[in-house]
Amino acid sequence: MIAPAAPSSHRARVVIAPALVILALLVAWELVVRAGLVNALLLPAPTDVAASLWDDRGLLAPALATTTWEVLIGLAAALALGAGLAVAMHLAPLLDHALRPLVIGSQAVPLPVIAPLIVLIGGFGLAPKVVIIALICFFPVTINVADGLRSSDADARKLLRSLDASRWQRLRLLEAPSALPSAFTGAKVAAAVAVIGAVFAEWSGSDSGLGHLLLTANGQLASARAFAATVLLFAEAIVLYAAFAALERRVVSWIPRANA
Amino acid sequence: MAGVLQHQADGVILEGVRKAYGAVLALDGVDLRAAPHEVIAIVGPSGCGKSTLLELVCGLARPDGGRVLAPPAALMPQRDGLLPWLSALDNAALARRVAGDAKAVARAAAHEHFAAFGLAGFERARPAELSGGMRQRVAFLRTLLAGRPVLCLDEPFAALDALTRAQAQAWLADAMAREPRTVLLVTHDVEEAALLADRIVLLAARPGRVVATLDASALPRPRARSDSAVVELRERALELLGVDAPLAGSAS
Repeated sequence: MIAPAAPSSHRARVVIAPALVILALLVAWELVVRAGLVNALLLPAPTDVAASLWDDRGLLAPALATTTWEVLIGLAAALALGAGLAVAMHLAPLLDHALRPLVIGSQAVPLPVIAPLIVLIGGFGLAPKVVIIALICFFPVTINVADGLRSSDADARKLLRSLDASRWQRLRLLEAPSALPSAFTGAKVAAAVAVIGAVFAEWSGSDSGLGHLLLTANGQLASARAFAATVLLFAEAIVLYAAFAALERRVVSWIPRANA
Repeated sequence: MAGVLQHQADGVILEGVRKAYGAVLALDGVDLRAAPHEVIAIVGPSGCGKSTLLELVCGLARPDGGRVLAPPAALMPQRDGLLPWLSALDNAALARRVAGDAKAVARAAAHEHFAAFGLAGFERARPAELSGGMRQRVAFLRTLLAGRPVLCLDEPFAALDALTRAQAQAWLADAMAREPRTVLLVTHDVEEAALLADRIVLLAARPGRVVATLDASALPRPRARSDSAVVELRERALELLGVDAPLAGSAS
């Protein structure tokens, strides 16, 4: 643990340091494009992207809303299914042995192979996007929750067994709380990949959303708009991650943190 | 009724107990009896199967040979086994909760003892906010509240510094006077055994077996580590364990 530093200096490190890095990158990027070192159609300058964010807000805002909705529902489905599957695998070791290869293998199936199939079955609406996002996101949730459930303290396990605790009591009183920190790790990873999942899902067949907007912008050589959409995806992943991190600090309050 | 084993309620009997883990023989032919409300200290070097013995009494493992007769026993594991996400009060009440008490009932039962164990004011504190000595008191209270006739304490004070350990031994002696139970106290501290026990069972290592039993029931209570009878008992136990007590002996 570190000594409690003054809050202002802590904030300086957490906010100012990454802001400086991003600013430096943006400046370098702007200079490279302005100097004509790359074609502005391939790589628009940050100022052009910023202008597009504002000028194309009529296109970007509804696309952002669509994608956010897909991501939130897909992520919720992944969390529920992933955690449920992990608990089932934990309670029934046979199920764990039987399903673990399938769970791991599901991550190796290339999305371009499986996504069109899902779109074919589910149509252009919300349902296939949710399925695709959930498919990508359930893996980190399942694996982390399953490992977390097994990581409970040996002495506490012994204690509960000596008290003749039922299987349900051991799960509720010991294993589930023990699994919470790693469950949040899984959720944070899932939040970051959910956004990619949404883009892939929209590429496989859709008429709205940021992924769809990326495709059409590329088709029209509107590269500034494509980058503007990417900036929004970038921001969405960070906001989701930060939301889970904040929730984790509230829920997993018993772990002393050096870097809260 | 005239069988070899006359099992008294609340007493513990181990007879010819053998327990192996793979090729390693942890206990071999261990005989041990604890009368109701007797405090037995089990002392021996590491690897003598002390923890295994408690697991057998608590029903967490089955002997490979011999018999274990014991009423329900509550275990206090070597490290405290407190759940870091529960308050001190909820940790102390855990055994009651597992036994099926409603949360409020279990908390009330635990809270009754908080003042006596010097825990008043720390009801809501998480284990990480408690001192080592307080954590052991919460863990002991949890063991006591399991409401079982036998308590199995597995090196409860091994992780404490010397000063805290001395205090812990004092409150344990007090608690046993208030709430008599049959106690199996595993320790590697001969002095702790001499201070707290009615009888001291000395184990040898690999395989664990009983070397000697020392009777301490005649020693008056409360005891102090400077009492000549306590010192004598401690030296006798060390001698039987093969430790030459006076370091001065090496000077000559």
